[in-house]
Parts: sequence; structure tokens; C-alpha cells
Amino acid sequence: MPALCELDDVKVHFPLRGAAAWLRTVKEHQASVVRAVDGISFQVQAGETLGLVGESGCGKSTVARALVRLVRPTGGHVRFEGTEIGSLSDQAFNEVRPHLQMVFQDPAASLNPRLTVRRMVEEPLRLHTDLGAAERRDRAEAVLVEVGLGLELADRYPHELSGGQCQRVNIARALVTNPRLIVLDEPTSALDVSLRARVILLLEELRQRHGLAYLFISHDLATVRYLAARVAVMYLGVIVEEAPAAALFDGPAHPYTRALLAAVPVPDPDARRDPFVLSGEIPSPIDIPTGCRLRARCPLAQPVCAQPVPYREVAPGHFAACHLV
Amino acid sequence: MSAVIEVRDVSVRFATDFGEVEAVDGASFEVREGEILGLVGESGSGKSVTATAILRLIRRPGRLTGGSIVLGGRDLARLGEDELQKVRGTEITMVSQTPRTALNPLITVGEQVARLFVLHAGLSKADARKRAIEMLAMVGIPEPERRARQYAHQFSGGMCQRVMIAMALATSPRLLIADEPTTGLDVSTAARILDLLRDLGHRTGASILLITHDLGVVATTCHRVAVMHAGQMVEVAPVRALFAHPAHPYTRALVRSIPRIDCEVAMEPIPGAVPSLLNIAPGCRYAGRCPWVEERCRQIKPGMTEIAPDHLVACYAVEDGRARVV
Repeated sequence: MPALCELDDVKVHFPLRGAAAWLRTVKEHQASVVRAVDGISFQVQAGETLGLVGESGCGKSTVARALVRLVRPTGGHVRFEGTEIGSLSDQAFNEVRPHLQMVFQDPAASLNPRLTVRRMVEEPLRLHTDLGAAERRDRAEAVLVEVGLGLELADRYPHELSGGQCQRVNIARALVTNPRLIVLDEPTSALDVSLRARVILLLEELRQRHGLAYLFISHDLATVRYLAARVAVMYLGVIVEEAPAAALFDGPAHPYTRALLAAVPVPDPDARRDPFVLSGEIPSPIDIPTGCRLRARCPLAQPVCAQPVPYREVAPGHFAACHLV
Repeated sequence: MSAVIEVRDVSVRFATDFGEVEAVDGASFEVREGEILGLVGESGSGKSVTATAILRLIRRPGRLTGGSIVLGGRDLARLGEDELQKVRGTEITMVSQTPRTALNPLITVGEQVARLFVLHAGLSKADARKRAIEMLAMVGIPEPERRARQYAHQFSGGMCQRVMIAMALATSPRLLIADEPTTGLDVSTAARILDLLRDLGHRTGASILLITHDLGVVATTCHRVAVMHAGQMVEVAPVRALFAHPAHPYTRALVRSIPRIDCEVAMEPIPGAVPSLLNIAPGCRYAGRCPWVEERCRQIKPGMTEIAPDHLVACYAVEDGRARVV
């Protein structure tokens, strides 16, 4: 079965501008670019949740934006239901858009402050369907109820809503066109503990009911474990490990994944902590180290780590980019 | 272990356009010698207001309306502004949630730390500079001499937080208040900041009041925990007891409402929402969300009962044994 969505060696490089960038170019005889996403491949199957995790600056949000064509990849292919969306005209891409939606990180800032909830949820229907006013209204109301927003909120403006309610509006807006894939970029990170639990449960319920697929981007590993069937770990623009969720959380193969998991505080005072720590901070995506990108920080690094790293299957369905596994 | 600071029945009220709001309703706890006390709760539970009350920095329209805050035999609730100013920054210091905005963007980082030594210890500029570099080294900033000459915008979020911790510990305080010190930092950076707090607290003998909403942070960092809900203190317990036998219905719900990374368990959201504090009933503020609620819960606030050594709970259902502690 072909994948619902496939990224094949996708690169997103941003050119540096200004005098400093020009000086660099002159001195080092190469153009300065930020290699935000530097060759990423993964697939999302219909109806499944793929978790994409990594720390700030690893490029995970840029992957999301490339997937929904908010940035154009510098290289590689993004395919949705077999169609290469990078080469589509804007008009042709509009046909794809209703099936490929996104929920952004900041629930309040991603809503239009001048539109009512009802109007915002109807907006995608105006753009992508030829439904009449009454049908749009019915459809929007049905979706609002489905995401747990009472209809008494339908005529309110974003500033009259709480953070959790705003995020439900965002989810309703993404859901209203019956998408097959929703890209969720840190949908719960701005929410309080009790709201977070409810949004997570809502997302899972909607996925099961509609057979949705999610690309769930987060740095909150506990939430990823709860929602995702498979997890991909990003570091400095590349995927370093991908595996079924249980395999990844119970036996991480890549040292970066291991360090990331070891750093998560576990709500159990008696839990034994893996003392595995990386040194230093994430390098700049302008000066990416050769060979393994982690080697300067990795306590296990060997001379071989300076060589290009193969991305191998270390167990069935479990891939890692490390010389030492 | 003796208490460094004793907070008794502290109440804070805010005047709003719609009436008075009691943001903190009679909170009591103490922070003991050399310990890290976690103060947890959802947004709006009053944890940060409680911390500001300890420093007597509540701004209008808020005011401290009752209770005592005893530090070294003095009641901070009754001290004048001049005397409070001597306590703040020397005996009690604070690390905030937004380290970057807490640092002055126009002064080098080294100078900011050095000024503390000039101001509080009366050192000469040169000596203060030397001490500042030592402090930066102590909080794990690499190349402290070079970094001391840089500005806040040249530091990452984690490094800014290390500078804040250096500044907070520079005056050897008795109490360090850390308000969500790792919120907004990446997991691995956050883990190292917490390690640093734990280690330095131990080495310098400072007690720490750690405000957080993250139970994982509490479990890995704190010795004891105080749980707040809607401005009321509902449970105070040693960290192991709190996670092994959470007693208050709110604490139980809170522990069950978080997704776990260490095991696969069902997650249950806390019922209802944090109540509005306007015109709230005088009793327990969890009554509207509680499965064991009865009439008197809404009328009279339950007092703290010791259900096990050092484990205090404010709940009638636990007191009566209707809600058995598991």
C-alpha cells in the first residue's frame, strides 16, 4: 500500500543575508546557508500517528511547514497520496489542501482576532467547497460540537476564549474539510496540565473516529508516547532514529535519543535515572559537523564517527543513524 | 530539621472591576533547612502569587491581607519597606521563569553579577569582578572570563538561567525562590538546570522553594511538596508519600492526568475547570470538581490534618475515611 504522505530526502536551506554572510562567502568561497532541514525521509500511513520529536532548532517545525508547502523545499520530494506536491501549480495544490491540514503551536495567535469562531470554522468550507450558507453553517456547528465546544461559543471572538478553547477552534478548523492528514505542531505545549490531557484524548478520539493520520510534532516525549504509533527523532536537520513507539521508548538505539529520554523528568521519585548526558549545546545549523552530527557531544564517540553515517535498520522497523549500533 | 521560613495563613486579595478576588486563601507551609520544597498547581492556583507574597512584592491592586511570614525571627508581613529591601536579594533571592528578560540587556553579564558583590558585600570593583567570574564558573558556564564580557543576547536560554542562578546564589541567601525555572527550556537543558539547582542548594546550604506545574520536575528534584488549588493549600507531603499515596482528591486527579513516559497507563483529565474566584463559596474550592463532595465542603474550609508523619491534607472525606488513601 502506498503511503498517505511521503517525504523523500527533503532539504530546506535558508540563505544567510547581510554583510556578515557576504564576508563569509568571500573568505570561505562558499555560500552561507542555514541547513534547517538537511535530507529527511519518512512516510505517514493512512490512519496512523507519526511522532516527530527533537529539541528547539532541530528543524521539526520547518519539516511541518515544508509538508504543507508553507516553505518550498530546496531539494527532495514531498508526496501526498502519490502526488508530488512541490511541482503542483498553486491552483492544483488548492485541490490537495482540504485533505492536508495543520494546527499551529500558539492557539490564540493562530486565530484571526476579527472573526467569530463560527466564521473561522466556516472559512475553509468557503474556500474549498461549493456548499451553500446553510450547509456550511450545519457542517461548522457539527464540527464545533464534535471538538467539545458548545454552540454558545460559536459567536464569540478569540479574545473571549481560553487557551484550551482556542486550540479546539484550531482543531475544528482543521477538521472541517474532512482531511486525511493533520500536521500538529506542538498542539499542547501552550496548555495547562488538565487541558493538555483533554486535548490529547480529543485528538486520539477524532483520529479513531475519522481514520485520520497525524504528524505529531512535539518536544513533550510523554505526550508523544501516548499518541504516536511510530516516532522519528530529529537532530540538527536530520532524522537520527525512527522506530515503533514502544521500541523507541523502551530501547533507544541512538545516543541522542537515549540522552533525550534520560533527560525527561519522570513523575516517580523512585525511578532510576539513566545518567547518560551529552556535553555542550546543539551546534549552529550553519556549521554542521562532518560525519556524525552528534559526535562532538557524544560520550561514546569513536574515530569512526567522523565518517559519513549510514542510516540502517537495527531491528525490524527500527532505524538508526549511528556507527556504533 | 528547623524551618528557614514559616508561612502561616497568608491571604492575598486583588481588587478587580467585578469585585474582590482572594487569590491566596490562607496558605501555610514552611521551607526547612537545606531542603527543596516543591509548590505545584495549575495556572491560576496562586503559586506565583504566594512567592511574591513572601518577598512582599505584590503589586496593586493586590495586597497581602493576612498571615505571617517568619524568617529568622522576623515577620516579613510586618516589616517596613526599608527593612524588606535588606532582606530581598540577600536573605531571599529569586530566579524567574523568563531569564532573558530578567537580565539587563545593556550591561555585560559579568558586570551584572559583580554589582551584587559591590552592593551587598561592599567589595571593590576588581574583587567583585573576580568573584563574579568564580560564580559563573560555579554554575557551569564554559570560558567564564570571556562570557563575563558578553551581553544577555549572546547567551542561550539555558545559559541565561545559569547566570540568574549565579546571581541568586551570589549573596549566600537562606531561601532561593525558583519560579518555573525550566519552563521554556529544552528537556536536556532543563534537566541540567535542575541538577545544578539541586547540587548548588546542597553545596551552599540554601533552601529552595521550587514553583512548578510539572510533576516530573517535582519527583526528580524536591524533598517535600505542597499542592495548591485555586489559592488554597490542599496537601503537603514528603515527595515519596505524595506520589505513592496521594490523599487529596485534587492531588490524585493531578497525578492521573499526566501522560507518562515511563509506563503505559490510561490518562484521565481532571474533571471540571479551575473555578472562577469571584463570589466563590467560603469552603473548599475543589468542591465543584470533587467526587466526594458533601454539603459542609462548600460551607467551611477543611483544616489541615496529619494523616501520616509529615503528611498533611485538607479534606473532610479523607479525615472521615470516606476517601480511603490507597
